[in-house]
Amino acid sequence: MKTLLTNAKVIDPVTETISDGEVMFEDGVIIPREKADETFDCQGQYICPGLIDLGVKVGEPGERHKESYKSAGAAAAAGGVTTIVTRPDTNPAIDTPEVLEFIRRRAQEVCPVNVFHMVALTKERAGREMTEIGFLKDAGAVAFTDFTNVVKNSKILLRALSYAKSLDALVIGHPQDPDLSDDTSATSGKFASLRGLPSVTPLAERMALDRDMALVELTGVQYHFDQITTARSIPALERAKENGHKITAGTSIHHLTLNEFDIADYRSFFKLNPPLRSENDRLAIIEAVNSGIIDVISSFHTPQDEESKRLPFETAAAGAVGLETLLPASLQLFHNQSVSLGKLIKTMTLNPALLLGLPGGRISPGAPADLIIFDADIPFILDRENLKSKSKNTPFDGQKLQGKVRRTIVAGKTIFEC
Amino acid sequence: MGFKDKHLLGIEPMRPEAIVEILDLAENYVQLNRSQDKRAEALTGLTQINMFFENSTRTQASFELAGKRLGANVMNLSMEASSLKKGETLIDTALTLNAMKPDLLIVRHPQSGAVDLLSQKVNCSVLNAGDGRHEHPTQALLDALTIRRAKGRLHRLSIAICGDIAHSRVARSNIILLGKMENRVRLIGPSTLMPSEIDDLGVEVFQDMRTGLKDVDVVMMLRLQKERMDGGFIPSEREYYYRYGLNKEKLSHAKGDAIVMHPGPMNRGVEIDGELADDINRSVIQEQVEMGVAIRMAAMHLLARNDKSGKHG
Repeated sequence: MKTLLTNAKVIDPVTETISDGEVMFEDGVIIPREKADETFDCQGQYICPGLIDLGVKVGEPGERHKESYKSAGAAAAAGGVTTIVTRPDTNPAIDTPEVLEFIRRRAQEVCPVNVFHMVALTKERAGREMTEIGFLKDAGAVAFTDFTNVVKNSKILLRALSYAKSLDALVIGHPQDPDLSDDTSATSGKFASLRGLPSVTPLAERMALDRDMALVELTGVQYHFDQITTARSIPALERAKENGHKITAGTSIHHLTLNEFDIADYRSFFKLNPPLRSENDRLAIIEAVNSGIIDVISSFHTPQDEESKRLPFETAAAGAVGLETLLPASLQLFHNQSVSLGKLIKTMTLNPALLLGLPGGRISPGAPADLIIFDADIPFILDRENLKSKSKNTPFDGQKLQGKVRRTIVAGKTIFEC
Repeated sequence: MGFKDKHLLGIEPMRPEAIVEILDLAENYVQLNRSQDKRAEALTGLTQINMFFENSTRTQASFELAGKRLGANVMNLSMEASSLKKGETLIDTALTLNAMKPDLLIVRHPQSGAVDLLSQKVNCSVLNAGDGRHEHPTQALLDALTIRRAKGRLHRLSIAICGDIAHSRVARSNIILLGKMENRVRLIGPSTLMPSEIDDLGVEVFQDMRTGLKDVDVVMMLRLQKERMDGGFIPSEREYYYRYGLNKEKLSHAKGDAIVMHPGPMNRGVEIDGELADDINRSVIQEQVEMGVAIRMAAMHLLARNDKSGKHG
């Protein structure tokens, strides 16, 4: 059955351009234009590859009450995310082929979107011994990361990177100097001083970045920084890229659209890791997205139940859900002319696909028919109770946003429409 | 336009007129407290609960006395030893107490913003008796009253706050209050104990005590907490005393009639010379304690008034 999506504004992430056109697919794969068996009129709305969200926390194993593969899948479908790449900071950590095997099966059974898994770089994410990188890679792990548990011991990290390099494995680092950032909940500066919050200098990010980049230079491993959020990291990152190291960088949609002052009177839904930054940092990160120094935007979807957030700011859990707000929040950057639509979509589709070696993220014959149709303009006020995630901890609650997904297609099948 | 709020959570949201109303009313209570019969009736029939999640003898006693003199039924809860240890969250504790229908909660908590959070969950008035490193509004108000009585005014004074600014809620509330009343505020302390970008709040920052104290009208010393000494913020107690401890010689750089203040409890020989602290010609430390009771009576009186007019109006 050849399906034709017609009358659409097609966003091509390869060229970052938008053109009136159509997309045809058959058996879950995009094919060249032929005679159609069925036609679907997109009514002039945008069509682009489904989003690939790198760094999604699903609460399996250990915290299924916060998010299960089923609820995460529903949230992803509603948010136009056709591929989620999950994090290993679960309980227990995903650090053995057996645990990976278990959650892969869980995901395949109940999740309507594509799921790929990142696994721990060190056992129990404790920073002492590397995991079975070879077995894990064979079992389907797409990247290795201890996420926020930064490996403190440089010798251990060096060995892990060197070993990963020998297997062509991708390692993802969280650039935060752990000693400086432990027990802090805000970025140092006027806001934290006024609110009396324990704070971390933004340079803690640069320090960790510098160390990791030296080790990358030493080992030649392919390395991705998950969240670059401060202005002072950008020049160092740019130099490393110019020098030809296999380094890429991401950032979070929250750090692109919010700043430290949004915390206001200790609103714990705005407690993130790394903490929200200054407005100058936010603007510098937008600039780095535009110049291509930052490659990937993701939501860092981190479900937290009410109990974890209804606490004094310092003790409240960090993180925000984002699968369903990734697209409308990033469209803010398009509407206020910070970033072009083509560039935005590229950072959420093609770039993460290239990084992880996934076939999706593009609209060309042979690519999987993972597609979304969305209305970029429709305004709405976000009500967190309407989220499909089990956890409702979004900083965008009550905010005016623009843009909604109309249809989410995975491997040629519509899994969501509204 | 005076003090109209339901809660007293910090100095930051207060207008200068509100501050003045509290200070003026407190003057009356100073007189009352010095008389034989110390009874007043502003809180008659009302229930005041002191919830201290952090150890305190002085402040808790001050609030207890203030409440009792105003006729309130005062209950002290030592929260450190209670339900939080059993795993109950702050909000559940608040809801439980709220169900007992108190009229006034006096709350101290070791975390910034915790009192604010609690105030959102209860129906009664909440008074912040210190939250983390954030604010301690009644301390700033009693300091303001002490300064106004000693100097005859609370504006266009040069005031130095010295010591551990970074961990001090007293310093934050004072910086904000004194700034609102149009004074020049100087902060003196080692850079390890100075909050970042604090000069953005319109204060001058000094690392050298003698330069910082030059020609000031008021010297406010802060307590150096023992745990800071172990935390590597300063090299040793004796070096701290040598560079930042207030003694006669350093004080001689201030104006001849400059007063010395300290929120207590003092570490004699760490941040302040013992003899100087007792010098009745310079030190107003005992008067600060006296003003504390009067300020707390005034603040609770006005909260009760505001709550009542909120319910009827």
